Amino acid sequence: MIPASYFFLLSVILFVLGIIAFFLKRDLITQLMSVEIMLNAANLAFLALAKSSNFLDAQVIVFFIITVAAAEAAIGLAIIMLIFRQKKSIKTEDMRSMKG
Amino acid sequence: MMILLFFVLSVICVGSVLGMIISKNQAYSALFLVLAFSCLGGLFGILGAPFMAVVQIIIYAGAIMVLFIFVIMMINLRKGISPERKKWTLAVSAVIAVVLLAELVFAVLGASPMPETAASASGTSPTDIGRLLFTKYLYPFEITSVLIISALVGAIVLVKKREKE
Repeated sequence: MIPASYFFLLSVILFVLGIIAFFLKRDLITQLMSVEIMLNAANLAFLALAKSSNFLDAQVIVFFIITVAAAEAAIGLAIIMLIFRQKKSIKTEDMRSMKG
Repeated sequence: MMILLFFVLSVICVGSVLGMIISKNQAYSALFLVLAFSCLGGLFGILGAPFMAVVQIIIYAGAIMVLFIFVIMMINLRKGISPERKKWTLAVSAVIAVVLLAELVFAVLGASPMPETAASASGTSPTDIGRLLFTKYLYPFEITSVLIISALVGAIVLVKKREKE
């Protein structure tokens, strides 16, 4: 029986790594990937709680998080495609103007 | 035995996330992330959530990352992202990461311990989740389908090339 605190520790490590990746990487696609890492860390914490408290609703919440993440990835990648078509670049440094 | 599996999976997971941060090539980053999400699926299985493990592997490691790889293929940057990197972003991200790590560890340690109920050793069956999904969470489930279809239509409309202009 693995204690839930191990899973919490792993979840915290993954979340912080996602934050670091978000700030270190300079292109939009990898930043979107690091957002996915953070979402997965949250999922892991939810499931660890579901295991330790025997509360089934957390698994349903994780299901909803995964579906919303799928929708978010689709929209985000479509926006990245649009940006690439207009600016021929997906680096964050090249996005300085608010007007398209 | 379980704890050994946990340590192996978590080390592979953290290591592949580190590899994703270090690698310069976006396609390699995406593949590292597929490995990390598959290991997370295994961890979900250890946690007694077999349905979530399967959903994680099929949807995350399968569908979402394939979407990422498709977009990387369409954008197709010949040279990788140039490595020029300002020094202060590293410092700022390190500071933010350390502060957040301290805060999260503090929050986890300070949380009141969960009342340990009799944890079922066999885990939860997908039947229970399905029953919960179609009774208590019926409206969120239906709203999610509307969300998915609107995201689909929105992505198509955004990416579609405009012809008459």
